[in-house]
Amino acid sequence: MSRTLYDKLVDAHKVCDLPDGDMLIYVDFHIMNEYTSPQAFSGLETRLLDVWRPEAHLAVVDHVNATRSSEPHDAASKLLIDNLQANCTKHGIAFYGLGDPRQGIEHIVVPEQGLVVPGMLIACGDSHTTTYGAYGALGFGIGTSEVEHVLATQTLRYKRMKTMRVTIDGDTAAGVTAKDIIMKVVQVVGAGGANGFAVEFAGSAIRDLDMAGRMTVCNMAVELGARAALIAADDITESALKGHPHSGQFTFNGESWDSDPEAVFDEEFSISGTDIEPLITWGTSPDHSVPITSNVPVAADYVSPKAKAALERSLQYMGLTEGQSAQSIKIDTAFIGSCTNSRIEDLREAAKILEGRQVATGVEAIVVPGSAMTRIKAEAEGLRAIFEAAGFEWRPEAGCSMCLAMNDDIAMDGERVASSTNRNFEGRQGRGARTHLMSPAMVAAAAVAGHLADVRDFK
Amino acid sequence: MIKGIVAPLPLANVDTDVIMPKRFLITITREGLADGTFADLRFDNAEQRRPEFVLNKPPWNQATILVVGDNFGCGSSREHAVWGMRQLGINACIGTSFAGIFYDNARKNGLALPVVSPEVRDVLLQLASKTSGAEISIDLGSRTIAAGDYTEPFEMDDATRTSLIRGRDDTLDSLEHAGAIRDFEAGLDDKMRISVIT
Repeated sequence: MSRTLYDKLVDAHKVCDLPDGDMLIYVDFHIMNEYTSPQAFSGLETRLLDVWRPEAHLAVVDHVNATRSSEPHDAASKLLIDNLQANCTKHGIAFYGLGDPRQGIEHIVVPEQGLVVPGMLIACGDSHTTTYGAYGALGFGIGTSEVEHVLATQTLRYKRMKTMRVTIDGDTAAGVTAKDIIMKVVQVVGAGGANGFAVEFAGSAIRDLDMAGRMTVCNMAVELGARAALIAADDITESALKGHPHSGQFTFNGESWDSDPEAVFDEEFSISGTDIEPLITWGTSPDHSVPITSNVPVAADYVSPKAKAALERSLQYMGLTEGQSAQSIKIDTAFIGSCTNSRIEDLREAAKILEGRQVATGVEAIVVPGSAMTRIKAEAEGLRAIFEAAGFEWRPEAGCSMCLAMNDDIAMDGERVASSTNRNFEGRQGRGARTHLMSPAMVAAAAVAGHLADVRDFK
Repeated sequence: MIKGIVAPLPLANVDTDVIMPKRFLITITREGLADGTFADLRFDNAEQRRPEFVLNKPPWNQATILVVGDNFGCGSSREHAVWGMRQLGINACIGTSFAGIFYDNARKNGLALPVVSPEVRDVLLQLASKTSGAEISIDLGSRTIAAGDYTEPFEMDDATRTSLIRGRDDTLDSLEHAGAIRDFEAGLDDKMRISVIT
């Protein structure tokens, strides 16, 4: 019987069936952050429960910490950070806190530490846990009650998803990145188009991506509703497994973590890689995107009154007029960071644009490397010097920062941000803040131009 | 049986940042989240109630059931969104599709999410828009929604329905399978037996 990669991963982790159709699945590795775990630990205390296998968990501080300094910026964030550390100490769980050379955004830290290998099942109280699909591992986000469940049982109650395959064949053009590929997928499948599905990405445009690119694709798969994203493990995956602190724990024998050739998916999408252009979002949902060479939609493009009303609402929030050209949108802020795009590869791409150029007058530009290790590497490569010479502020500490503005990096009401992040929701980067999603190189281009700009014009 | 006044919230893609803005997330408890729920829709920058927002005006300020747009609850995994909705007195949201993590979080907290077709949702939206305050009932046992003479079935998987009806403690229930979990662990490939360096 032919099986999809997803089904193989679920089968390999099934502990037992439960009445009513759920199953218990085993969680090989569980990651926690400071904001979705406190109530899980208190739940354990209420029930007088222990942690089932403390060594299978890692806690990282990333969401609420300031990135200007390794000190918490206020008492409330300090409370969350201290609470996580105390819970980890109490239960014997690894804790990578502020000042630890291994600290950073959880989904940047885990691959750096060699904690993800093909065939694993990884859960985390963060929706972007889909990132690990890039390694042929089943990663998905969970809520706090489920965090507690994993802590207490090392398992989750699980219902098998339907499967979707998105095939992207054909060479992508110069200037088109993994971010543009996944933004295109979100545009085609829709923001909720993969609700209830595990999505496998296939095709030559995916195979050609390095691990950083594959992680960007799987990371943002949650923006189309996918509960899991997967890319089959191959030689590129295998070569990425070596030389990390935990690599010695794993012997990857090149076993196949791939869908069988005859495997049938519940839904299939096909996208031509050659047709993808650098994209920007104009609206308040990640599927509100257009090529940078194009214009903001007009109401006449939409048939239903509901869609017209939704467009109007988004344009009003974003402070845009229908039909205006994407490149006429002036920005106040440029932000490079987040679990989607703050890896060393992302910083290199942005630095290529910034070398010998200057951030436009009036634009505040910030770069937050995804982890302490990424920052140190970038500094050694001379990237920091390039960013700073161009007028970017180089943050000394790692974290989610302005992606979701849970720390002190909050965009003001009406402030317009070109952002290498994953969500352009209303209020995401601050109350009334206006987010335009794009690749890190496109953020750099926008920072220099002072408005959204085509990275291909920056030779 | 879940019964109450129903309010229309037809926006598509209402994400968990909108349901619970991040400034309410800096907390280590589950409590005190009612005011944060839909805060930017309910209150203006001066923290004054926005009179035009549906949940701020009668009869919908009494609503305990919402009819919502497609892809409700998308975005972040924050369970605070569900905790807040429950604390605001919401017992059910009827919609065409919900984001996966939000759906699972809802189940753990007694928030019912009946799934209906776009056509049924539109009928219910119209009904919910009546200024007289329409009351509907949701019968989890028979998986039907009823409003007066109008009755329609809804979708909900068995496990979620059982959880909502029994209000069970999944963690304690699952620990009854501790033996099976230990057996599974004993057979684990060494490759997957991770031990994170502290």
